[in-house]
Order: sequence, then structure tokens, then C-alpha cells
Amino acid sequence: MEEQKKLIVDGRRLDGRAPDELRPIRIEAGVLKRADGSAYIEMGSNKVLAAVYGPREMHPRHEQEPDTAVLRCRYNMAPFSVDERKRPGPDRRSVEISKVTREALEPVLFLEMYPRSVIDVFIEVLEADAGTRTAGINAASVALANAGIPMRDLVSAVAVGKVDDVIVLDLTKEEDQNGQTDMPVAIIPKKKLITLLQMDGSFTEDEFKQALDLAFKGCERIYELQRAALREKYALKEG
Amino acid sequence: MHRIISTIKQDHILGLARAGKRIDGRDMEQYREISVEKGVIRTANGSARVRIGKTQVLVGVKLQHSEPFPDTPSSGVLMVNAELLPMASPTFEPGPPDENAIELARVVDRGIRESESIDLEKLGIKPGEDVWGVFIDIHVLDHDGNLIDASALGAIAALLDVKPPQDEAWTLPEFPVVRKPVAVTLAKIDEKLLVDPCLDEENVMEARLTMTTTEDGSLCAIQKGGRGCFTRDELERAYRIARDKGQELRKLLG
Repeated sequence: MEEQKKLIVDGRRLDGRAPDELRPIRIEAGVLKRADGSAYIEMGSNKVLAAVYGPREMHPRHEQEPDTAVLRCRYNMAPFSVDERKRPGPDRRSVEISKVTREALEPVLFLEMYPRSVIDVFIEVLEADAGTRTAGINAASVALANAGIPMRDLVSAVAVGKVDDVIVLDLTKEEDQNGQTDMPVAIIPKKKLITLLQMDGSFTEDEFKQALDLAFKGCERIYELQRAALREKYALKEG
Repeated sequence: MHRIISTIKQDHILGLARAGKRIDGRDMEQYREISVEKGVIRTANGSARVRIGKTQVLVGVKLQHSEPFPDTPSSGVLMVNAELLPMASPTFEPGPPDENAIELARVVDRGIRESESIDLEKLGIKPGEDVWGVFIDIHVLDHDGNLIDASALGAIAALLDVKPPQDEAWTLPEFPVVRKPVAVTLAKIDEKLLVDPCLDEENVMEARLTMTTTEDGSLCAIQKGGRGCFTRDELERAYRIARDKGQELRKLLG
């Protein structure tokens, strides 16, 4: 491989951020009319929509569970969301992301309250710049709250990683592709429980711990923004 | 996929876990008996059959001419595929791979790819046109839990078994495997971490965690699965167990 360009110069990343800094984040709750709940998030130049339907009757019927609701997640990338057009429809990556997203959200839901039903979460990546699964989880968790579905807490997620041997928060696509490690993390902030953890690349034990610390820090900040978005949605407006 | 287990067995396993015990009498950090047989399929370039307890996985590696990716024109390409054969479990059905098969293949893939286990840069033939493709196919024959560790171990064993193909384009003395990543999976049951869950344990576990490490003890891949959660402290404990058990398993590769 040819000489790689530095991703961190004088302690700053290519977009000017410090290693422990998030990209600008904007979250809005309740952006779709028909869905029972929805949210839109921008994390850097990621643009992701999440919509929730349900609890509603499960179809097909044979997928009903007699004692609990089923959470169904579909993570999907728009064909125009990446540089090279993505072929529409699920690929292996999005099937896996749909699965880990579901498992990241399930712990905060009281699924046993709605036997035989389904809660559908649709995550649509409109524009991608690394960290779309974590952006999707952040949006989905706000959308679930916006749908009025009882929850133990929100779920907050962010990716951490290693670029130029430095542990960094919230990787861009350039950092993800040319860096050494990517580790998406989702947590239940109040209880400090990890509900999603994936990693690829290389970490020593110390780096792993440092990365977890940074992930918790990032998630806590995102948690504030998620709650602010919900408060904003339901605040009494003057006039 | 819904997991069906009788309440009495579930309670039994939970009760045992609470007391630090397991349904088959193992210690919390003990694997079932493992066997690794290499060179079991003549038509594959490399192969291995791995048994962990009653779980049985067959992995075959084929080397074939392939097209390189545009961004790495002179590097070989790696593909991992997993099939949960209907013969392996009453819950497996024929048809295209479901999310469990895809996750299994992708977790094994990440372990091998991210550890740079195979020196893919040596597997170019004609830059931009022709490179060696390394196709790893995981055939799950019998599912009694912990398919990830069995498959990952089978994959690296099969890679170590690869004999150079009879092809004039092949110029290397041997197939370049430079690192041996090993996956170790832990199940969380009643706040306890158990290594190598058997199927009954998988059916009651809250969540699982797979950590793949290399010879120097560093991590190259992690995957959490299941609907439960982990604490920070559990992750750090899991890492130390995965590193130590990984060294143990690596010895079986010869």
C-alpha cells in the first residue's frame, strides 16, 4: 500500500476536532406524520431518519410470540447515501446491523407488556459518513420515546476507535477507512450498561479501556441531546 | 429465532449459575472437550473439522483466481461464508442465510481480516486483474452451542492446512498465514460469565460476548449478541478470560 497521509496533525484531526470531541449533532423528534414515532439525526454529515410503528398486530401471524412483543428493526441505506451507488435492498452488512441494533434497543423496552404484537423500527440512512449504525440507534431510541412506548431509559450510541495510534471519538469515514480500529458502542446511560459492542481492528488492553471511557463520555453527551430533543418536542409553546 | 426451553431446565441452569456451577459439571471458565482435525477434505485446498463437545463444524478453504478490489489491486481477497445446515438443528431451515448465519460468517471474517492473519498482499497475481481469492466456507454440521468459537477455530485451522494449489500462477513456497486469531465466547447468565456456552446455556443466557485475540493478547474483534447488557467491569473481565483461553485454544492448532 502507498504512503498514508496523517490523520492527526498537532493533536487535531483532519476536521479540526480534538480526539475526544464529537461531530456537531442535531436531533429532532416527531418529524414524520404517519409513523407512531419518529426522529431525525445529523451526526456530522450523517443524516439518518428513524420511524417506529406499533405496538401493532404481528404479521405474519406465525412470528407472533404468545408472551411478548417482538421488536423488529430494519436498517437500510439509501442508494445515494454513499459515494458509489449502493444497490437497493438488504446486503449482509445491513442484515447484521439490523440484528445488533435490535439487540441494542431490546433491553430498554417492556416487550412483555404487549404479547403477540410487534414494534417495528425502520432506520433509513440518507447520507452516510461513518457511524451510521450508532446514529441510527440514537434516532431510533428517540423515535421509540416519541411513539409513547414505555422505556426504561433511552439508548445512546457512538463509535470510538484508533487512528494514528490515538484513541478518538466519533470517527469520520476517512478515519474509519484509514484508521486502525473502529468500535461502535451503545449504552443505557442511567445504568451504565452496554447494549451494543462491536470492534474490528486492534486494541491492547489499555487502549480498549481508554476507548470504553471515551465511548461512555460521548454517549453521555449524546444522551443530553436526545433528552433535549424530546423536551423541545413536548415543551409548552408560547402563543 | 425464538428459543424454546422448558421452564424447569431454565430454572435449573439459572440456579446452578447462581451457585457458580454448570449443567454439564464444568467450571465457569472451562471449555468442553475440543478436537481439531486438519486435512479432512481432499478437494479443498485446506480443511478442518472442529468439535467442541457435541458441536461439530467443518470448514473448507478454496483458493481461486479472483478479481481484486479497486482500492487494493494487488492484494488477494478474503470471503467467509457460513451455512447453518438444516441437518445441524431442528430450528435451522434450508434457504438463503438468515441473520444468524450472516452474523456468524461476519464475526469469523473480522477475526481473520482485522488480525491480518493472512498476508493478502502476497496473494496478487496480475495487479488490477487477477489475484488469489481465499474462500472460507463454514459448514455447521451439529449445533450444540457456541458455533462462533468452533467456526473461528475451524477457519484458522483450515487456513493453516492450506497446501499450495497446483497452478502455475502460484509462486509462494507456502500459504502465508502469519497470525492465529482465536475467538472466545462468553455467555452471561444471572450476572455470571460462562465460557463456551452449550446449547442449553445459550437458550437461557441474557447475552453473549465474543472477543477475538491474537498471539500477543491484543484484541482484533469483538461482538456482543443477545438482548441483554454488560457492565464495564464484565467487559474487562471478559477480555482477560478471552486472552487466557485464547492462548489455550491456540495450542490446539499445532
